[in-house]
Amino acid sequence: MPLGGLILLTSCAYLGILFAIAYWGDKRADAGRSIIANPYIYALSLAVYATSWTFYGSVGRAAASGVGFLPIYLGPTLMAALFWLVLRKMIRISKANRITSIADFIAARYGKSALLGGLVTLIAVVGVIPYIALQLKAVSSSFLILWQYPTIQMPNQGEALGPLQDTALYVALLLAIFTILFGTRHLDATERHEGMVAAIAFESLVKLLAFLAVGLYVTFGLYHGFADLFEQAARLPDVDQLLTLGGPAGTYGSWGSLIFLSMLSILFLPRQFQISVVENVNENHLAKAIWLFPLYLLAINIFVLPITFAGLMHFPAGTVDADTFVLTLPMALRQEWLALLVFIGGLSAATGMVIVETIALSTMICNDLAMPLLLRWKALGLAQRTDLSGLLLGIRRGAILLLMLLGYVYYRAAGEAYALVSIGLVSFAAVAQFAPAMLGGMYWKQGTRAGALSGLSLGFLLWLYTLLLPAFAKSGWLPLSFIEQGPLAIAWLKPLALFGLAGLDEIGHSLFWSLLANLGAYVGVSLFGRQSSREHAQALLFVDAFKVAGRGSSLWRGSASVTEVIALVGRFLGPARAGEAFAGYAAQRGLASSAELVPDADLVHFAEQQLAGAIGAASARVMLASVVQEEPLGMDEVLGILDEASQVIAYSRRLEQQSHELETATGELRAANARLQELDRLKDDFISTVTHELRTPLTSIRAFSEILNDNPELDPAQRARFVAIIVKESERLTRMINQVLDLAKLESGRAEWHTTALDLKEVIEDAQATTSQLLQEQGVELRLELPAQIPPVLADRDRLLQVLLNLISNAVKFCDREAGRIGIAVQVLPEALRVDVRDNGAGIDPADQQTIFEKFRQAGDNLTEKPQGTGLGLPISRQIIEHFGGRLWVQSARGQGATFSFTLPLGQANAAATDAGRETEYGV
Amino acid sequence: MSKTVLIADDEPNIVISLEFLLEQAGYRVLVAHDGQEALEAIARQPPDLVLLDVMLPRLSGFDVCQKIRENPDWQHMRIVMLTAKGREVEISKGLALGANAYITKPFSTQELLAQIGAQLAVE
Repeated sequence: MPLGGLILLTSCAYLGILFAIAYWGDKRADAGRSIIANPYIYALSLAVYATSWTFYGSVGRAAASGVGFLPIYLGPTLMAALFWLVLRKMIRISKANRITSIADFIAARYGKSALLGGLVTLIAVVGVIPYIALQLKAVSSSFLILWQYPTIQMPNQGEALGPLQDTALYVALLLAIFTILFGTRHLDATERHEGMVAAIAFESLVKLLAFLAVGLYVTFGLYHGFADLFEQAARLPDVDQLLTLGGPAGTYGSWGSLIFLSMLSILFLPRQFQISVVENVNENHLAKAIWLFPLYLLAINIFVLPITFAGLMHFPAGTVDADTFVLTLPMALRQEWLALLVFIGGLSAATGMVIVETIALSTMICNDLAMPLLLRWKALGLAQRTDLSGLLLGIRRGAILLLMLLGYVYYRAAGEAYALVSIGLVSFAAVAQFAPAMLGGMYWKQGTRAGALSGLSLGFLLWLYTLLLPAFAKSGWLPLSFIEQGPLAIAWLKPLALFGLAGLDEIGHSLFWSLLANLGAYVGVSLFGRQSSREHAQALLFVDAFKVAGRGSSLWRGSASVTEVIALVGRFLGPARAGEAFAGYAAQRGLASSAELVPDADLVHFAEQQLAGAIGAASARVMLASVVQEEPLGMDEVLGILDEASQVIAYSRRLEQQSHELETATGELRAANARLQELDRLKDDFISTVTHELRTPLTSIRAFSEILNDNPELDPAQRARFVAIIVKESERLTRMINQVLDLAKLESGRAEWHTTALDLKEVIEDAQATTSQLLQEQGVELRLELPAQIPPVLADRDRLLQVLLNLISNAVKFCDREAGRIGIAVQVLPEALRVDVRDNGAGIDPADQQTIFEKFRQAGDNLTEKPQGTGLGLPISRQIIEHFGGRLWVQSARGQGATFSFTLPLGQANAAATDAGRETEYGV
Repeated sequence: MSKTVLIADDEPNIVISLEFLLEQAGYRVLVAHDGQEALEAIARQPPDLVLLDVMLPRLSGFDVCQKIRENPDWQHMRIVMLTAKGREVEISKGLALGANAYITKPFSTQELLAQIGAQLAVE
């Protein structure tokens, strides 16, 4: 019984069911009662990894290479063990940054680079097209084979069909329409498709059931269980080789490279990223997926070898393509319903892959390729259009159609050159190029945009050269000599043995060179380059995804109007959706409506996230920049930040300096305080000394007064003598009190000065006249040695006279008792007048020459005879001379008299005259 | 036999007044103008009492007091310190060094004589 229309009918019914599930899923999602929010659905949807390549191709590969089909599943199984570490981080990062595709992920990580997003998209599209072609091939050939039922005939053998007779074209178009209906019914900022995920999970179930059904039927219907089947299979020629490594099953090396390759693919294939990261509802679902997903892979592979052996035993060698054993075995055994189920299973495997892959790719093409270009194309005026959501959907739909047609073209052109598995591996190797930029981006902060660009470019080019071009050559597009002799017969450029590296299978070879160059360039360029500030911020966000909670646009600076921002988001999401989103955002912040929002960095970040969901991170940034007067994060911004930083540094330096100054001031205060205490102590000493000095004359006065009082009968001579002592001591006391007060006035600066230009000669002669009486009494001779002309000096006349009188009376006191001689000499020096007062007395000990200028210290302290005087004369004289700007000192040697000298500065007489006048004014 | 008093002071007028007062009171008076001289006078002819000024040239009153007390023969010699510095420390220092009494300048002649009389009466 030919199945004919039944096949079409069943297929359409199946697609109808899928659509219904998807529709229901979307409805439930809109109602907030998600049907996919459980780990089983998530794990099943991950099984989109198993495509028609698995469904049909595993058996084909097993027939050729025995257990060699396994590495493709061992890789994901191993990687599943790392899901919690790697995939969870990818999910966390993507959720936080509203990542919508793998291109978006890489672009966002490296500073929202549109160029990088475009490159990733290009690699993904070029790399995955063969994979889509593979699905088209599987669906169309399985359809054609089943169409012939009950005959088993391999399609397309030697007959060339025009495109319009080609089933694959219709399959492609049908799938395109289906995918468009599925995936691009409306735009969503999160780019999540709950209905689609539900449908994909359902498809995973269908293909597993179909495959298990065939497996069970063959193993337990056709044979008596595994043991029986393998026993019989053991009689097949070369079956040993299929079950051991080293021969057709692959070397250890090729197993290693295939396992490695598939480990990367499960993470980086665009559809896997879409399902496992973008569509993930809850990252905790991963916990179950870690064991459920490998279990699924085990289940779908368990019957591969039984079916293969059954096929090999059933069909004469070479008559039936082993890729079709799954389908042709039930057909050959006249199990039409089983065959139909298998066809549906294959269809589900293919559609699942195609739907998710094209949706993922169309998002990438739209967000990372088309929009950045269109937005930059000013002539289109897109930035001014009010509602772009229609355009976005249009681009995506067009992209889906285009991808499907490209797949078809590839299928027509090159599809015959390879078995299914080989085509799949070419795609795997392409997406493996994302690994350095992705993993490096997640775990290495230093990775730069330039590094990612060069790594990806080099890896992609080498992939092209070592895998895709040879595939073209095998398809006859390029001469075979390209493979065999290398381009232009340069042997070391042979694409399958680059630089003489032979001995690896072509996948391993390509993987080695492309990933080596990719990783090398990525790390090398990153290490030698510098990150921009935005790249750095993004790198921190990605690498520290588990540490930083939330957003990272802390460096945002600019101004924006809330209405403009909302309008902008509305243009891409549609005004209604945008309104809802911002109202929700406002509600979250406890505001009544979006009208109360403040245009701050958070708002702009939120808007950017919303836009990123619709048009990708890179484009979103460009768009927002158009309404937000954001300073471009170029050199200016960096300099600004640096400036700010340096201001902070300067500020902290200033603080440091201030605290240093404070310390200094504290130190000064402490020193001043110590000085004050010292002064206080000195004052105490001074007062104590003054008291002592005053008490001495007072003692005499009191004693004699009492004696006179108590002895009225004292004889007149003695009486007169005692009274004279009292008078003398009273005079001494008075003089002392005057001098103490005078010194205190001088020291405190409260003394009155009547500074005028003086003729020194006059003053000296005046002093001589004043002391003539004293000199006569003591029999001391005073000689003056004055030059004819003495320039005037600025001084207070009375004060200068006081100094001279003091020096003369000192000289009288200490000069020779018998032949006292005093000389006063004046010298005119270039800048000063010098006055010397010389005596011929005993001289002053060197030890005393300083102390005599201290208060109450007298050179006679150690002499037997105490000299008369207050001990204040010299300190007062020194104060006066220093006030005039001169110096007072003594030169003496024991036995040779003493010379007291002072200077008075010249030259400032006129200049200081005005000063003196003012001083006088104030002084009086 | 009248008691001997040594006056050790560098202020001539004070010495004159003390000399007059003590002689009038019936003492035999010796005079020294500085510390060194005082010690020499004591060695030559130990007095019964030394009226000792603190601020003496060459050798201070404290030093003289110490020297006197160092000599076992002069243990019974009365020492009355006389000073213009009336601070507590000085008084304590003098008494600690072995002075028997302390009189501050300016002094009351009556008190001075009473003090000297009292000191000499103790013996």
